[in-house]
Amino acid sequence: MSDRFTITVDGREIPAAPGQTILAAAQASGIYIPRLCHMDGIEPVGACRVCTVRANGRVVAACTQPATASMVVQSQTDELVSWRRQLVEMLFVEGNHFCMFCEKSGSCELQGLAYRLGIAAPRYESIWPRREVDASHPDIILDRNRCILCGRCERTSRDLDGKHVFGFVGRGIHKRLAVNARARLADTGADVTDLAIGACPVGAILRKNRAYRTPVGDRPFDREPIGAPVETRAELTINGGPAS
Amino acid sequence: MVSPQGKRRIEISPVTRVEGHGKVTIHLDEDNRVTQARLHIVEFRGFERFIQGRPFWEMPVAVQRLCGICPVSHHLCAAKAVDHIVGGENLTPTAEKMRRLMHYGQMFQSHSLHFFHLASPDLLFGFDADPATRNVVGIIRSNKPLAYQAIMMRKFGQEVIRATAGKKIHGTGAIPGGINKNLSVAERDALLAELETMKKWSREAVELARRYTLDNLEEVGRFASFDSSYMSIIRSDGAMDLYNGGLRAIDRDGKTIFDHVPNERYLDYIAEGVRDWSYMKFPFFTSIGEEDGWYRVGPLARVNACDFIDTPGAEAARKEFKSLTGGKPNHMTMAYHWARMIEVLHSIEAIEKLLADPDLQGTDLVASGPRRREGVGIIEAPRGTLFHHYRVGDDDLVTMCNLIVSTTSNNEAMNRSVRRVAEDCLSGAAEITEGMLNRIEVAIRAYDPCLSCATHALGRMPLIAELVSADGRVIDRKVKES
Ligand code: SF4
Ligand code: FES
Repeated sequence: MSDRFTITVDGREIPAAPGQTILAAAQASGIYIPRLCHMDGIEPVGACRVCTVRANGRVVAACTQPATASMVVQSQTDELVSWRRQLVEMLFVEGNHFCMFCEKSGSCELQGLAYRLGIAAPRYESIWPRREVDASHPDIILDRNRCILCGRCERTSRDLDGKHVFGFVGRGIHKRLAVNARARLADTGADVTDLAIGACPVGAILRKNRAYRTPVGDRPFDREPIGAPVETRAELTINGGPAS
Repeated sequence: MVSPQGKRRIEISPVTRVEGHGKVTIHLDEDNRVTQARLHIVEFRGFERFIQGRPFWEMPVAVQRLCGICPVSHHLCAAKAVDHIVGGENLTPTAEKMRRLMHYGQMFQSHSLHFFHLASPDLLFGFDADPATRNVVGIIRSNKPLAYQAIMMRKFGQEVIRATAGKKIHGTGAIPGGINKNLSVAERDALLAELETMKKWSREAVELARRYTLDNLEEVGRFASFDSSYMSIIRSDGAMDLYNGGLRAIDRDGKTIFDHVPNERYLDYIAEGVRDWSYMKFPFFTSIGEEDGWYRVGPLARVNACDFIDTPGAEAARKEFKSLTGGKPNHMTMAYHWARMIEVLHSIEAIEKLLADPDLQGTDLVASGPRRREGVGIIEAPRGTLFHHYRVGDDDLVTMCNLIVSTTSNNEAMNRSVRRVAEDCLSGAAEITEGMLNRIEVAIRAYDPCLSCATHALGRMPLIAELVSADGRVIDRKVKES
């Protein structure tokens, strides 16, 4: 591997390989860069900007930006942390998120990031949009109230399940998760065993009637904060949560 | 509101900063005799709409937002209802016992809180004591051990809830058809370490309430009191059962009105009347009719209605309670407090029995069976019988929800108690005295009404009293913080 090189992330020198993204290189060395729209195993698209870092001074998405030799990356600066905080807060107010009784509580990456970033209550006003619940499928429920439009389901269905179950309609604030059928999830080829069902970082795509099976205290982010597995045992992790 | 012709009206209004509030109006005729007394509670019905279109498995967790005071009761009651949806109503032994443990913990902490923080100042200092000392701060000053016990008993109940629901408030323990955790040996032993102390204090609390009743029998016997029917759920053998059972109703003489009514048939036996002056409904027994079919629920109803209690200390206390009225129902409104403490003792004895049961360490947690489209759950919440009823579409989303909360069942009775007090205190007097205000507050408090549950208001009751003359002028006004 003679073509390997090093970069520095927040002052730490770490190895990287050509074509490797900043996020992947950091993760391989136990450095967690927050992310939402990216997950290991699918193509990064740079949609949510939560992974924003400065690389040689330039603002880039760490999930898509390839590392280059001697690159100097800043991630945990006050400026960047504050941007991430604002992005996460905006995601909260753009949807209808009721963490207090949401079944994804404790394993939701959005909530997990909010805690990690020290967000107590959003400072922006909630929009409370009207969004549809699609419970037509016998085993899967789609609750658009919680969708953060990260596109993980779309890419997972397309690239890993080979199905194209999910997509989007509309633009900007009117953008919505859509299914590849006239109207309902039941009319698509979606199956409860699809990887796309587990790809959702929030509680927008869920297996039916599996809620609250894990007691409070034992849920992934009760045990350790999001990202901690990357920092403590990098090789085991998928997307900042515990590998399981 | 326009006063009825030729009548004066006194208004007593709890002031709250959130939606929903209560108000007492007392109507007087020209000679200052009470013609009518009404407790107005604005019922918060938004919840039933809010959860329509949500998946049924969210109910046990979502409904806890209904009430800041007894979320655990709503949690368990909704779980009992959705058990039927998943065909899991025959719970595994571990699930049923974990839920019961949670429920007794809730009963224990809620009753302890009410008795020591809210009611004991009334009982220990008397209704007419200076409000500046007739409060929980007064108890702390004058009776340190009692104040300490109150805090520790509440804490113990909350620890039971935490061990069963995962959190002290808004836990997730009960899930459709079961429970999501068992009790670890460490959790069990931590609770066992406190048990003897809790039992001792519970016995002392029963004694305090009993002594109070007997020492003040003349006043207690008539204060805010009247004959009534009673309702609660009951075990198949007639034992008090706070968690599960058919519905039993008895009349003022203790005779059966209906018994062991299966939960899903409650609508055949109970209907809810509406009156133009109140947002809160007035439930009644359909066999008797709206006029006379009202009833009381809660501790007094349960101790009156059961044939026995299956734990020794509470059963002995119940016998003493019943002997005071010769085995007939006890209709004294202030006896709610005594009955409440008997239930505290029963709860801790039931907790003791459960903690000794190895089923709590079992691992078979969830049951299921044939899917249904409808489920009714009924439980005895601290304040009385609580109903949750859901209908669910084939897509698992809730299409209908009906809740009857305990405070609603006691609506008519609370009105009558207020009227009784008003008649005793007010007739012939045209002004609002401190004593009258106090007594109305004490009477309402005996029922431990959960205004929060029925109205989403806080469970506090600062009062404003206004005396309004027939032509609508405010001729007297008193404010009472609490
Ligand atoms: S449903 Fe989930 S995975 Fe799909 S876009 Fe929305 S948040 Fe992302
Ligand atoms: S994780 Fe990089 S942009 Fe979303």
